[in-house]
Amino acid sequence: MKRVPIVNRANMSLKKRLWGNKHKPTTEIAIDLNHFEMAGSRLKFGLDPTHKGAVMQEIFEKLRNITNDKTLNPAQKARYLSLEAENMLPYPDLDSETAEALQQRVICDMYEGHAPYKPRYVLPDYSIVLKNGSEYLELSAPETLDEAINTLMIAYHHVPSVTGIPVFIGQLDDLLLPYCEGVSDDDLYRKIKLFWRYLDRVLPDAFMHANIGPTDNRVARTILRVDAELKQIAPNLTFRYDPEISTEQILAIATNNIVECSKPHIANHPIHAKLFDERGYGIVSCYNVLPVAGGASTLTRVNLKEVALRADNIEHFFAEVLPHYMELNFRLTEARVDYLFNKSNFFTSFLIDEGWMDRDRFTVMYGIYAMAEAVNILQEKDGRTGLYGFDDVANEIGYRMSKEMAKIVENRPLENVWRGRAMLHSQAGISIDEGVTPGVRIPYGTEPDPVSHVLALAPHHQYYSSGISEILTVDETIKNNPEAMLQLCKGALESGFREFTANVASNDLVRVTGYMVRLSDIAKFKECKGSRTNTTALASEAADVTGILDRKPRVVGNELSAGYGQ
Amino acid sequence: MNSLLATVNKILTYSVVDGPGNRLVIFLQGCNFNCSTCHNPYTVGVCDHCGDCIPACHVDALAMVDGRVVFDPTACDQCDACLHICPISASPMVQQVSVADILDIARKNRPFLSGITVSGGEATLQLKFVIALFKAVKDDPALNGLTCFVDTNGHLGAQSWERLLTVTDGVMLDIKAFDPATHHALTGQDNAKTLKAAKIVRDAGKLYELRFLAIPGKTDTEREVAKLTDFALSLGSDVRVRLNAFQHHGVRGDALEWPKMTETGVNKIAEHLRKAGISEVITPALYL
Repeated sequence: MKRVPIVNRANMSLKKRLWGNKHKPTTEIAIDLNHFEMAGSRLKFGLDPTHKGAVMQEIFEKLRNITNDKTLNPAQKARYLSLEAENMLPYPDLDSETAEALQQRVICDMYEGHAPYKPRYVLPDYSIVLKNGSEYLELSAPETLDEAINTLMIAYHHVPSVTGIPVFIGQLDDLLLPYCEGVSDDDLYRKIKLFWRYLDRVLPDAFMHANIGPTDNRVARTILRVDAELKQIAPNLTFRYDPEISTEQILAIATNNIVECSKPHIANHPIHAKLFDERGYGIVSCYNVLPVAGGASTLTRVNLKEVALRADNIEHFFAEVLPHYMELNFRLTEARVDYLFNKSNFFTSFLIDEGWMDRDRFTVMYGIYAMAEAVNILQEKDGRTGLYGFDDVANEIGYRMSKEMAKIVENRPLENVWRGRAMLHSQAGISIDEGVTPGVRIPYGTEPDPVSHVLALAPHHQYYSSGISEILTVDETIKNNPEAMLQLCKGALESGFREFTANVASNDLVRVTGYMVRLSDIAKFKECKGSRTNTTALASEAADVTGILDRKPRVVGNELSAGYGQ
Repeated sequence: MNSLLATVNKILTYSVVDGPGNRLVIFLQGCNFNCSTCHNPYTVGVCDHCGDCIPACHVDALAMVDGRVVFDPTACDQCDACLHICPISASPMVQQVSVADILDIARKNRPFLSGITVSGGEATLQLKFVIALFKAVKDDPALNGLTCFVDTNGHLGAQSWERLLTVTDGVMLDIKAFDPATHHALTGQDNAKTLKAAKIVRDAGKLYELRFLAIPGKTDTEREVAKLTDFALSLGSDVRVRLNAFQHHGVRGDALEWPKMTETGVNKIAEHLRKAGISEVITPALYL
């Protein structure tokens, strides 16, 4: 297979500094830069001597910038250093077409790194460690609620993920209910509150996600109470709603919480549950729906806007261009999965040996985004003006895209993937995305009223088995009428939404592409006062804010970051 | 029933401010009050086909056909120039809508709806239609879970109330002022019928909320607030009172010179009501 350079973002900015923006780096240099190998303390290069010094200098400068950065804490520095090191390795083998598409970012690997040595998302079956304890961690099986919570707190530190912080902390009511007998309501409340405080302060990532429901139970109610009271960014929270199982009261509590703090998400449990087996599913990170005791090895994504730009017209798009780039994205996925499964030795972990997870239960997420832009481009190419989200013809093109992509994913076998097929995903964006709308969403700020919004997007939802989400922005008059939120939620789920998520415009806690930020923190940053939580956003709109303020938030969405300096 | 048509200014399938939950709201055209503080004054008049609006339309969405102003919604770009030029606070963009039309909309949006609210204008001016609509909703197995509400100024006789209340689940009743002179000055009408209506509706157990618009220097006076308090208490301390704050949004004419009602001012009135024993006092979530 021909070796073709993959320019990662780190090297891109490195080269920009080296040659300036006016002089594009040559392909040759790009190849050289990707042949670094760490060997003990010495760097070995595939470079000629004249380049070697300059490149070395640039690398050292980059690493020094990280080690000496005044806005990062040591753990954040360690993480960025490790990313830089990983990305000095050559990329897993790709054919030239795939590599080119990746370089042009028609397809994208979410900057997961050049050597996938851990799955992107891991969803341990925490019931195993609660039931059996852990030999590796020298833990006996917990017997009390305190011991159970403590066991989970320990377990979280051993769960790998793309960010190093667990994206799934479990179906908490199922896990903790067995230990609640004889525990008073007040005790339960105080213990959950401490647990919640620990999660936010020690595992500060807005993508860390807890699940509760569908039953109405003491633990779920207490979690909802504490979550509304503390209004923390972490953990993210999903209530799984099943009209046959959940009570109307607990759904009302959950939707009242949304009015209060824009959390939790409400998942359409029956739709998700039927796709999975008895070990179930978890909603993790930013609305990703994945098998428990497994997860997702990788998330790659197709930029539909870029695909549409390469098509002559709608028919050309569907007949040739879309299937072509989708195939390239499959190859990118395969290369990454191959590395993880066959080279990284990840699956020798005690998590496998002790049964927390299963090698066979890792799916891959097949992401797509920028549908709004793609549809509008295709409309224009066919001489029509109707806009995505508003115009029936435009919306139909969108539905056709979703249907077509689901079919392609369904027909493409993959090795070392749960059930042999990828799972389609409406991807909600990362901080560097510019001029593109997450997933199949309607461009931010132009959305119609929440009911029209739901009705325009509901037909897409059936196709996105590993997750799709729309953020409905509701104005603050709803605070006097929380019943309306309940009704909207029921309407959305009944219309086929897999997930109901809403932001109340005036809330302090609000959602940027899919995770929470605190507006008051951003305001404090603006006044240069700093704040205890240091929480703000890495999404494109908020990145400006963090840039101006020149410091990194304590609680962040690590997944959104494409690397140091991005 | 199907031949009955209402003159409708607007239909919304999403509203969280017109009764409990999310509601389908039908704004009926025409009002028997002429409030200087009205935030949608273009719903007050009923088009007399004078044609003054036709030259104002820059996209030719309006035309005179057989002596009547005809509106083409597909050409309209919603600039609202016709509303601003209308000499009688009417709208040439109204639609004639049947009960069946509204039932269709309600069915399509059913999962999102807690109920239907008729508003206006003054909804009770098209009483026959409102009664027919509510009756049809109650008779429809797919829709009878929806509550039927009226948002009204209450200017309606006792017998009409009786007919309306048999098919209505809740009423939001606006009291513009207690002092008869103030009320007349603000609305052009007396308030006797309105005050009587509040008792009739309350006695029927269907007063969802009493609404009161606080206007600085006019209805936020000690005297008005005292009367509001007494009146609310006479209905029962559990009557829900919603205080609205006069704002400039949508308002035309002299009232734009009046100061806006502040949050502090509204909270003072709310505090007074609560101290007097009114258990549920709602204040605005938003001040524009």
